[in-house]
Amino acid sequence: MLITCPYCGPRDVIEFTYQGDGNRERPQPASQDLDAWNAYVYDRLNPAGDHNEIWQHSGGCRAHLRVVRNTLTHEISSVAFTRGDHKVAARHKAEGKL
Amino acid sequence: MSPRRTDAGGRIDRLRTIRFTFDGTPYTGHAGDTLASALLANGVTLFGRSFKYHRPRGVLTSGVEEPNALVTVLRGEVREPNIAATMVEIYDGLTAVSQNRFPSLAWDISAANQLGGKLLSAGFYYKTFMGPAIGPLKNTRFWMFCEHFIRRAAGLGRAGTAADTARYERMNAFCDVLVVGSGPAGLMAARAAADQGARVILSELEPHFGGSANWSGETIDGMPAADWAARAAGQLEGYDNVRLLPRTTVWGYYDGNTLAALERVTDHKERPGKGEPRHRYWIIRAKSVVLATGSLERPLVFPGNDRPGVMLAHAAERYANEYGVLAGNRIALFTNNDSAYRSALALKKAGAAIVAIVDVRPELSSEMREFADEAEAKILSGHAVVATEGGKALSGVKVQRFDMANGALAGDTRSIQADCLLMSAGWSPTIHLASQAGAKAEWNEALQAFLPPKATQRWIGAGAFTGSFSTAEAIAEGRAAGLSAAGGTGTPAALPVVEAVPGDPDPAPVFEIRADGESFVDFQHDVTAEDVRLAHREGFISVEHLKRYTTLGMATDQGKSSNIAGLAIMAEALGKPIPEVGTTRFRPPFSAVSIGSLAAERFGDLRPERLTPMHDWHVANGATMYSAGLWYRPMIYGLSGETIEQAYVREARTTRESAGIVDVSTLGKIAVQGPDAAEFLDRVYTNMFSTLAVGKARYGLMLREDGLAFDDGTTWRLGEQDFLMTTTTANAGKVMQHLEYFLDVIWPELKVHVTSVTDEWAGAAIGGPKARAILAACVTGTAVDNATLPFMGIVHGKISGVPVMICRLSFSGEMAFEVYSGAGYGTHVWEALIEAGKPFGLVTYGLEALGTMRIEKGHVTGAEIDGRTTARDLHLDWMLSKKKPFIGSAMMDREGLIAPGRLELVGLISLDNQPLNGGGHIVEALDEANPHDSIGHITACCYSPALGKYIALALVKDGKVRRGTRAHISDPLRNRFGPLEIVSNHFFDPDGSRMHG
Repeated sequence: MLITCPYCGPRDVIEFTYQGDGNRERPQPASQDLDAWNAYVYDRLNPAGDHNEIWQHSGGCRAHLRVVRNTLTHEISSVAFTRGDHKVAARHKAEGKL
Repeated sequence: MSPRRTDAGGRIDRLRTIRFTFDGTPYTGHAGDTLASALLANGVTLFGRSFKYHRPRGVLTSGVEEPNALVTVLRGEVREPNIAATMVEIYDGLTAVSQNRFPSLAWDISAANQLGGKLLSAGFYYKTFMGPAIGPLKNTRFWMFCEHFIRRAAGLGRAGTAADTARYERMNAFCDVLVVGSGPAGLMAARAAADQGARVILSELEPHFGGSANWSGETIDGMPAADWAARAAGQLEGYDNVRLLPRTTVWGYYDGNTLAALERVTDHKERPGKGEPRHRYWIIRAKSVVLATGSLERPLVFPGNDRPGVMLAHAAERYANEYGVLAGNRIALFTNNDSAYRSALALKKAGAAIVAIVDVRPELSSEMREFADEAEAKILSGHAVVATEGGKALSGVKVQRFDMANGALAGDTRSIQADCLLMSAGWSPTIHLASQAGAKAEWNEALQAFLPPKATQRWIGAGAFTGSFSTAEAIAEGRAAGLSAAGGTGTPAALPVVEAVPGDPDPAPVFEIRADGESFVDFQHDVTAEDVRLAHREGFISVEHLKRYTTLGMATDQGKSSNIAGLAIMAEALGKPIPEVGTTRFRPPFSAVSIGSLAAERFGDLRPERLTPMHDWHVANGATMYSAGLWYRPMIYGLSGETIEQAYVREARTTRESAGIVDVSTLGKIAVQGPDAAEFLDRVYTNMFSTLAVGKARYGLMLREDGLAFDDGTTWRLGEQDFLMTTTTANAGKVMQHLEYFLDVIWPELKVHVTSVTDEWAGAAIGGPKARAILAACVTGTAVDNATLPFMGIVHGKISGVPVMICRLSFSGEMAFEVYSGAGYGTHVWEALIEAGKPFGLVTYGLEALGTMRIEKGHVTGAEIDGRTTARDLHLDWMLSKKKPFIGSAMMDREGLIAPGRLELVGLISLDNQPLNGGGHIVEALDEANPHDSIGHITACCYSPALGKYIALALVKDGKVRRGTRAHISDPLRNRFGPLEIVSNHFFDPDGSRMHG
């Protein structure tokens, strides 16, 4: 499986660490809603098809990426920085390096 | 000359003699021989004993699909079992032995299993090990007892116990076009793609490129096909954009056109060349793949079809044409298709007598009749072989009239004398890789074979793989596939002209001759046609169940030769056509892969090592090094004659009496910087960091999101927006990832940057009553007195001219300081501290003494923060801030985490003055014979020089309220039972007066 890191380009999955289901909503830090916390900590979607996942390019730029991956075919339809438009990537894009 | 070696022909070098042994008997062969061809040339017919029945077995094939002739290859102490003799290239000194026989291959006592054939039928293990359900042995474990012996009698080669000394390598490769298989189709594809300028990798599992061209005897472009192939491969070698990989099996086809391959680099050599690994594991990313993997000939199923001397037709043709070896002198053939006629003619030309061609088909084409005439072979059309004769070698076959329409046998049985029977049930395309890539095979009625359907990944098929069995088709398809895979638009080279051998590729739909006797479907797992039918009668009608129940196709050859016949028999039993029975999906690997190649550089001397800046000093000064994760750390600095316990007791005692120094460079260090750094730390740690003054440090605790304890360490505030966090050695990477995740995913609005600086700093912790005096003697640029450097204070100064940062904090419980310098100056500063400490009796100490002093102090480490304990369990609830939320704060008070009965941290004192054991359990009442009701376990233990006792830390149920009570250690594995007292985890100096000074 290859993941195209927006910063580093297409890289082998071995360079990445799976950081879990990207659909989870973390409750507000002060929230005492245990059900919401429980859902956030323990519940995971397990779709047969497109899945919104968080991957870290731990063996590369270490950025966290929001990856849409088809769990049946491993086809990846989108990859984006979780922090939004990454400054370095934007600069590289401007300089035509990416 | 060997009895079966021809005078001329083949690719072997008759001038080069190679000596090897098989089962201790010396043999000779020639360069270019495989173990199978060399043994056949020596007249050996018996290669091994079968899996269950210990039946004598010869060699069935000439390639990777071999199910019978499995041998163990010995190299020194290392033994590699279950290697197909057809895939072993001989070299001087090769030592191979046969398998699954005792005392010898020829006289095997377990061959008596043949008499119990019915007993060992399909599902034998499932049925047997359920019972006995009736009789005097009912409800006993009698069969469990028998199982041991039965399992030992069945089986293949024995694995060795000696460590594998070979080196393995892993290689990543990229290419535009990967061509798998180098027969005429593969060679053409590689050439066409390379001519377009594509980067090409051509892999071939055999030692030589050319595939069937090497033995087909056909003519291509006016020259023998083998010469044409050699020339084509030679030309490819001249291309800069082509990489040729012989002896390389592509065994896995994964997502994103990633393919796995195994290159056998030195298995064919007497000894590897300098720097050569034994195997190389290739991970190949190909933009597109040309699958030109050819096809596999199928055996027919009839009684006695496993007798040594019964072989696939093309295999014998190959032995004659490629190796100059005759599989027999009087050869009979048994076929359902035309391809065997070419084999017959080839063997005739090589010098064998063809006694008969038995064909199940009543009508034969005139071309085939001409072939048979030329081979001087008697044709028995509309006949079938119903039995084979002989013992460890074939002496003859029996044939009978056969009606293809209903499978009926009729008329008299006649015997034919033959020392070799060649069989062919047609060909199956080698679609394994396409199947792995996700394609579901499609049945082709005419070819009686499964063909690869539309590609599910970026591959293109060519040649016999697609069911196009003629060389002319293979060449045309190969060129087209290469061109298309390269995305080329240029004009391809002209197609070579093939002088084809005539023949209809379609076989008759006959796979089994039903007559009396054992007819083998899966030779390697001894699965008979009757086993398949028995499975059906017992209700295993799904092909997946059939496979598991009979173990058909589950041996090391993965049913390469047995698949279709098994399905055909199942289909007949079900009364359904074959495609409705379906086929199992092939999974990686295509053929056996060495575990060593998968581990590759992650194993052995290429495993990475992390060394602290002072590593060499430790080694030079008598440290016994200890590997902790990837790190190497001093365990003790033993004096001569000291035991480990004596050494650490001395080190710890001296530290508490005067001073000790320890290398703490391995601690994880993370620079946390930015305007929101303090806010971020408040969220990450359970306690407050925004209130920490610049120039001060604080002990911090982190929880996980689920409220359990995660890691601890001190964090130093070096500036308003600049913190240096330390983590435990083991968790450095995890904590870093944890921080990055929260900054990247949860709180992207925080302006904080985290950087791992573990390797930038060298750290030395110096502690003990004299520690401050030692620092005062060597530190310049700052005072180190109590006012300038209070507990948890930080100062900057110099030691021996090098800038250092000193923080007064203590893990040992003594007045202690951590001295950090740039990593490159680590040894320099360390040596200066040692020198300054000499007059004060400073001792270097290792992990054992470090652990001892921390146990005496009751500090926690990863052994207690084990992913199951909470802050409360560890008596760290004083660190849980109530003024702010933090990671884990919402979840840490869940019912189960605050309920009574949790394991809590305690101290233990051995009351019998004997050592305690890490991992030993704690019980209230001792029952050595039947230990039960553990109330906890020991996490760390030592002899405490400060207390003069053996002590331990433990996690004990409701530990806090048990303080002052007695219990026992119960460690039956190490036979350690004894009384102990439960106390507070703070054994030594509980009010901290020593470290506060």
